[in-house]
Amino acid sequence: MAALKDIRLKIVGVRKTKQITKAMNMVASAKLRGAQARIECFRPYAAKFRDMLGDLAGKVESGAHPLLTVHDEPKVCVIVLVTSDRGLCGSFNANLIAAANRLAQEKSRIGMTVKFICAGKKGRDFVRKTKYEILLGYGDKMGHFDFTLAHEVGMEVINGYQELSMDEVYLIYGEFVTIAKQVPVTLPLLPLQTPETPAESEAAASGARSEYLYEPQEEALLAELLPRYVKVQIYRGMLDTSCSEHAARMAAMDNATRNCDDMILSLTRLFNKVRQASITSDLMDIVGGAEALKG
Amino acid sequence: MENALQLEVVTPDKQVASRMVEYVSAPGVEGEFGVLPNHVNLLSALAIGTLRFNEGGKSQNVFISGGFADVSDNKVTVLAESAELAEDIDQARAQAAKERAEKRLADRTEKVDILRAEAALHRAIIRLNIAAYR
Repeated sequence: MAALKDIRLKIVGVRKTKQITKAMNMVASAKLRGAQARIECFRPYAAKFRDMLGDLAGKVESGAHPLLTVHDEPKVCVIVLVTSDRGLCGSFNANLIAAANRLAQEKSRIGMTVKFICAGKKGRDFVRKTKYEILLGYGDKMGHFDFTLAHEVGMEVINGYQELSMDEVYLIYGEFVTIAKQVPVTLPLLPLQTPETPAESEAAASGARSEYLYEPQEEALLAELLPRYVKVQIYRGMLDTSCSEHAARMAAMDNATRNCDDMILSLTRLFNKVRQASITSDLMDIVGGAEALKG
Repeated sequence: MENALQLEVVTPDKQVASRMVEYVSAPGVEGEFGVLPNHVNLLSALAIGTLRFNEGGKSQNVFISGGFADVSDNKVTVLAESAELAEDIDQARAQAAKERAEKRLADRTEKVDILRAEAALHRAIIRLNIAAYR
């Protein structure tokens, strides 16, 4: 009889878990909508920015700005790892961490010192367990961040790069492709690679772009634009990661809810079987008892 | 002959304005400049200040804190760190920010980032000015 009660308790338990996973799914989908709206708002800004910088970068020589200069004999590699703060979102954080780890090992092998800047608790907790140094770590920020966070991280790497205490900076974040697909992306942040101007030759041919007025002069303007571009990239990484996180959690929780359904089904089946068996054995007892009395 | 400008003001967090206007004046780092339709292509860095535009004969102000303006093909795109339409300015918050910055500037004994405090004061004063004339 104990088995019957156990099964019933287990069904109740699974049902409660299902309620939780279902609620988490709904919360994640609501948050995803918010995060997606933010990306939508940011995209025009980022796109415009890229256009502007692309136009301008074609005009000045490479090496016109310290952020564009490639350092000889790179020694220090900084990885900006953007992850989520919370778990329960499938393999999302694990994938990001794996990508970071791979890059770190690759760089260590060629004799570079690897340091980390972590936004998001999961990544930070991972790096803490390794031998790598953490320059900056943000936990509990990814839930509600704004441009200031990107600004802080950006200033750190820009200053580090200009003071030559950093030679290469990479950004690792989860790119939001679709709701069903998120991929970890490793983006070289510094030295800056200016976005390409797709129609450069075409524009040069028509001469349309050459009539631009720049205020202040190109070099000074570039000096204003480049640091901001770094921050824009970081901010984009953060927005994408937060979007991806919610999408990944939605998918994970959807799976969990479905698994709960399956479990409830098979447990109910087992429950019925055990119940029937116990009724049968009860009946046998009664019939047997009656037969014995008759005799 | 085009005689209207398309003005777009975007910040990292949202699109503040997108409308057809007749005239735009923006606070460039090397001084304020005005843009009328058929302006030559221009890319300029912006300072903290007021962006003005005329829409349907009425003039409106927008608070701008740093950024860039791009003028091309009768389209003015302003990428700002932050931007607020006059009616969206939180006067109480700006007032509080102003007082905070003033206090920090007055109190030079402890380690105060003077540049930052001055910038904060500057922003607060411009916000208040715009709010006063809305």
